[in-house]
This record gives sequence, C-alpha cells and structure tokens, in this order.
Amino acid sequence: MTLPINAQNVSIVSIEKINKLSGENVKLCMQCGTCTAACPMAEEMDFFPRKVMHLSQFGMLSLMNDINTYWKCASCHSCSVRCPRGIDIAKVMEALRQLVLRTSKNYIEPSQMPAEQISELPQIAMVAGFRKLTS
Amino acid sequence: MKISYYPGCTLKLKAKNLELAALASLQALGIDVEEMDRWNCCGAVYSLTDDDLIHHIGPVRNLVRAKERGADKLVTLCSMCYNTLARANQLMKTDTVKRDTINRFMDDEIDYFGEVEVIHYLTLLEEQVGWDKIKEKVTAPLTDLKVAPYYGCTLQRPQDVGIEPMGSFRLMTGLLEAIGATVVPFNSADKCCGSYQVINAPAGDNDAAANVINAAASAGIEALATSCPLCEYNLGKQQDQFMAKGKITANVPTFYFTQLLAMALGVNPEVCHFELNDMKAVQLLEAKKFQVAA
Amino acid sequence: MCEITKQPEIKVATGDRAILPEGAKTIPIFVMGKKYDVPETLTIMKAMEFAGFKFLRGAGCRGGICGACPTVFRMAGDYKLHFGLACQTVVEANMYLAQIPFFPANRASYNIEEMSAAADAIHALYPEIFRCVACNLCTKACPMEVKVMDYIAALKQGQIDKAARISFDCIQCGLCASRCMGEIPQYHVAQLARRIFGKFIQPRFEHLVSRVKEIESGKYDQMLDELTKMDHETLKKKYVEREREPDLSSLGAWKPKETQYL
Repeated sequence: MTLPINAQNVSIVSIEKINKLSGENVKLCMQCGTCTAACPMAEEMDFFPRKVMHLSQFGMLSLMNDINTYWKCASCHSCSVRCPRGIDIAKVMEALRQLVLRTSKNYIEPSQMPAEQISELPQIAMVAGFRKLTS
Repeated sequence: MKISYYPGCTLKLKAKNLELAALASLQALGIDVEEMDRWNCCGAVYSLTDDDLIHHIGPVRNLVRAKERGADKLVTLCSMCYNTLARANQLMKTDTVKRDTINRFMDDEIDYFGEVEVIHYLTLLEEQVGWDKIKEKVTAPLTDLKVAPYYGCTLQRPQDVGIEPMGSFRLMTGLLEAIGATVVPFNSADKCCGSYQVINAPAGDNDAAANVINAAASAGIEALATSCPLCEYNLGKQQDQFMAKGKITANVPTFYFTQLLAMALGVNPEVCHFELNDMKAVQLLEAKKFQVAA
Repeated sequence: MCEITKQPEIKVATGDRAILPEGAKTIPIFVMGKKYDVPETLTIMKAMEFAGFKFLRGAGCRGGICGACPTVFRMAGDYKLHFGLACQTVVEANMYLAQIPFFPANRASYNIEEMSAAADAIHALYPEIFRCVACNLCTKACPMEVKVMDYIAALKQGQIDKAARISFDCIQCGLCASRCMGEIPQYHVAQLARRIFGKFIQPRFEHLVSRVKEIESGKYDQMLDELTKMDHETLKKKYVEREREPDLSSLGAWKPKETQYL
C-alpha cells in the first residue's frame, strides 16, 4: 500500500494535537520497529505500531480513522519501556483513542455486550475496557 | 507503622480466592493490616492523556482515605489496582501543578501530597517477614510443583512504579521457592495477556493469552502464579476455548500466588476457594496429592 | 434630572393564586432566567406558584418524599451549583433556578422473580456503572444527602447489601444521573439493589412468615366475614371501643383483655 505524503493529508496541527495529548514528541521516533516487535497485540492490528508512529509524525489522522491499531492496544507498555528513543508509545496510542472518544463516539457499546459475558468477566475488565474504549 | 489494605472491586466478587487466601496467609504469618472501611474503584487503568485529570480522581480519593486513616503504607494485591494507585501517587508527589488542581477539584476531601506509600503484597511479605521466615512457617511444602511467576504488565511497567526492574522476577520467585515449589523460568513472564481487550473479543480468541500458555507449556511449567484477576481470567478461564480452537495443545492451570502460599502455610484449603479457579487447577493439585478440600 | 416614580405595588391575583399578606417582604428570584418578585419564606414550589406557574408535572407529595420536584439553583455571582427539592427549599434573594423534574436515565427491564442475590445480574443490566470515575458530583447533587458515589462503589464490588443500606434514603429524583459524566442512572441501579436485597438477602422475619401461613390457612376468615357483614353503626362502635396498646408501653408488657383473636 502506497501512502502518499502531500499537502492534503499532512497536518502540522494534528501532529501538535497528538503531542499535546500524549505529552510525547512523535518526531523523536526513528522507525526502528522495536515497538512492533514487542507488541503482544501486533498480529491483530491493521497497521503495526511502527507504521502508526510514522503516520503520527506526519499528522495523517485521516489515514488512521478506520484502523484498529490504537483500539487493539492493551496499554501493556511493552513498547514504551523498550523504545530506544524514550517515547512512551502507549501514551501516543491513548492520544489517538482520545481524539475519537472526545467527539462522543464509542468504540464498543457497553449495552451491546452479552449479559453472560459481563457476568463472567472480572470487574476490572469492564472498568479498564470502558475507560479505554468508551467516551 | 500503620499499613492500610486496599482490596479493589474484583477481590470482593470474582477474585475472592485471591483476597481470602492472602488475608489468611497474613494471619498465619502474624502480620496486621487494616482494610479501609471506605474506598472506591481505582479506575483499573491509569489515564495516559496529559491533559486528563478527572480519571486520576478515583485513585487519589483512595489515597486520601488512607491518609485520613493515618496510614504510612497502603498495600494492594490486584496488579491493576497497584499500578493505578502507585502511578497516581507518584503524580501527586511530583507534579505540583496537577496536584493542586486535583486537590482543588476534590473540595470535599483533605489535601493530599503523596504522603502514603503504595506497596504491593509481595513487597510487604519481603519487608515484613522475609523468605527465610516464611520457609520456617511452611507446613505443606509444594514439593515437585513446577511453577512459574507470571507478572504480566502492571507489576513491572512503567519502570518507575514497577515492584522490581524489568526482567527480574525476584520477589515472586523468592516466595515460591520459600514455599517449596520448583520455580521454572520462562520467556513470557512479563508478556501481556491481552488485558481488557477481552471485552471486545469472543471467548477463546485471545492470541496474546494463548501465546503465554504455549510458552509456559513448552518450558515444562505445570502451573502459573499471578496476582492479577484479569490475567487469571484471560489465562486460566479460557483454556477450554483455546483448546477447541486449536490455539493451545496443553493446559497450564493458573493460580493466585496467595492461594499457593496459603496452601503451603497449612491454611484451611476451603479459604483458598479453588473452585473459583478453572477446574484444571483443582485437578492438578489433586494429582499432586495436595490437600484441596478440608 | 431623573423622575422618581412610585414603586409599583405588587398586584396579587385572587382565586387560586396566593394572597400576599399585609406588609410582606418580597425578594427577587429568577426562574429559567426571568425575574419574579416573590414573598420570602415561601418554598421554591410555592414561590413559583405565586409567580403564576402551574405544575402539571414536577410536583407530587409536597412533603419531600416523592422526588418529583428536584431543582437546581445558583446564587447570583457565585459559581457554585446547589440542589434541592422545590417543595422543601426556601427561596433566597437572587436565586437562579430551574426545575429538573425528569432527566433521561436508562432503566433496565428485568423480572425480579428470575433474579438472585448474585451481583452479576446487576452488572449485566447496568454495565455503565463501571464507567464511574469517582468524581463524587452525584453525592454533591443529592438533596437527601445519600452517599451516591459510595453505593455505586459498593455495587462495583458486588456488595448489594451495602449499596441497599447506603441508598436507603433515595427518593428517585434523578439529580445524581443529571450530573454523572459516566452517564450512569445511579438511582435506578440502587432501586434494583434494594429490591434484590429485600427479596433475596435480608432474612425473612419469622413472625411474618408464620402470620402469613395463619392467614392462608383461613384462621381469620370468619372474623373478617363478621366484620364485613356488620352494619355501619356497630362497626363504628366497635372501632371506638377497641382496645389499644398504650403509647410507649414496653415491649411485650401489654396484652389485650380479649384474647380470642390472638
């Protein structure tokens, strides 16, 4: 897949937004891919974390609208503790989630979860999951 | 020194076995902790957004409660509670601007400046008892049980709140060896089990958890020891579905480390509530001739 | 030069409108942004009626129990929000208020007969309780001083009995739900908790069980038949002459002279 870098999809404002929400500087990323290698959820992701970091460096939010990468992130911090550039990548993923959640959009609907599943799960699964995936 | 105990929501319902075994063990070891009489959910995950303070209110409110009680330390069992409380505490200690905003928002509470120290139960055991003394108190050593400490994410990451450095599993290893188990290291002790992603996946679809079980099985591990109810659920309770979907080929039962400790200390096995674990866990203990029923 | 005009006299309608007593002092209040001069010492509800509002909804018992008239107000110049029941709260000068008789809140449907003492069912019906962030705005909004955040915390833990006890004074006004950033319908969840507590957790009272059995066995049928067949006068006489346990008599100390109905 070719990802064109042009004036239409590069956004300095978006880069600033991601940096501000995450408290990180995505420009520090050198694209080594350590994050992807360390990620336990990478197999389930549309784009690997490295690619999402790359798109973030250009503020290409529109290209990340429909990907599941940051929704599949489990906030396990495996990437954050290994990043040779010291970027807390888990915070970048949270920023990408928050950019959507703060427009009052849910990624999952608590009311659609099957009753049997809720009855079985430990409470921290719901508390944590709703914090990460609902607005 | 006064130590308050913060149980966390899950330990009152789905992970009673984690709590009851832990408290019975403390009693057997002669350690006094006082459960907080008023506490709320910690939020389970620490908010990672820089401008978001409202999600720190939950954990900080509990720290305020501990301060009100005159506690020097706040001990927790659940890994997620530990992580969230410890990180919020660190924020209140170090970030004066955010601390001030949070204190002003909670105008119904006393101000908090990070006075209470948040520790995990494993740290408490090492500090207050020590592995040698635990070894002396063991009446039913877990001889021949090949077990691995499984820390998951939140006991160790991020590093500044981790109970020990990345790659080191000294605390739980020390405990498991003290109670007579054979500790077998494996390469996935700090790999994530998939965590809260389970709420958005059909049962048995969690590859992250299946990978951990496979790694344990191929290292010859018979049982995993954890301190997190979500790890216990993801690893322990979905093995039938993993098996059915061909994701794993052998079972590796999962226990809370407190259950193993209580069992070794000769606590009444009913207190350990093994029936709340997966059935494979009980079968393993029975096969090893450990006492699982009174 | 400015002309001094006579202060307009307060005209008070007769009929179904309150009549202002001679010399009564009035104070300005603002209902939905519009200023009204109302007599002091009135409750918000009476003051609004004085000002001409007619309550078709949003008023009920007028005794602080039914929860139909929750009201939010601010004092002019102050950021702080206050909450109260219109039928209980006395007006103050420069009060900006609005009634919130109803706030949309998800109410799950369930059959209580099919439930049990397990908290899992509450979690399945109201998973949104796990969205609580412990901000405590619910507790601050409660006109009954119920510790709302604490009972939600108890329910997340699965402690139905604790939640039922903490929420006992709830009058279902819904102000908690109006303030919740987790969008939780606290008062509906608490009501379910109290129902489950009453039905499955609280021990049955032995004497009630045995009395119900007696009633079902027909022990009192004949007495009731006699009563229902009595003419009005006899019934009245019987009522007036009935034996009554003296007020403040100590427990078990009193027995009626007539023992055939015991």
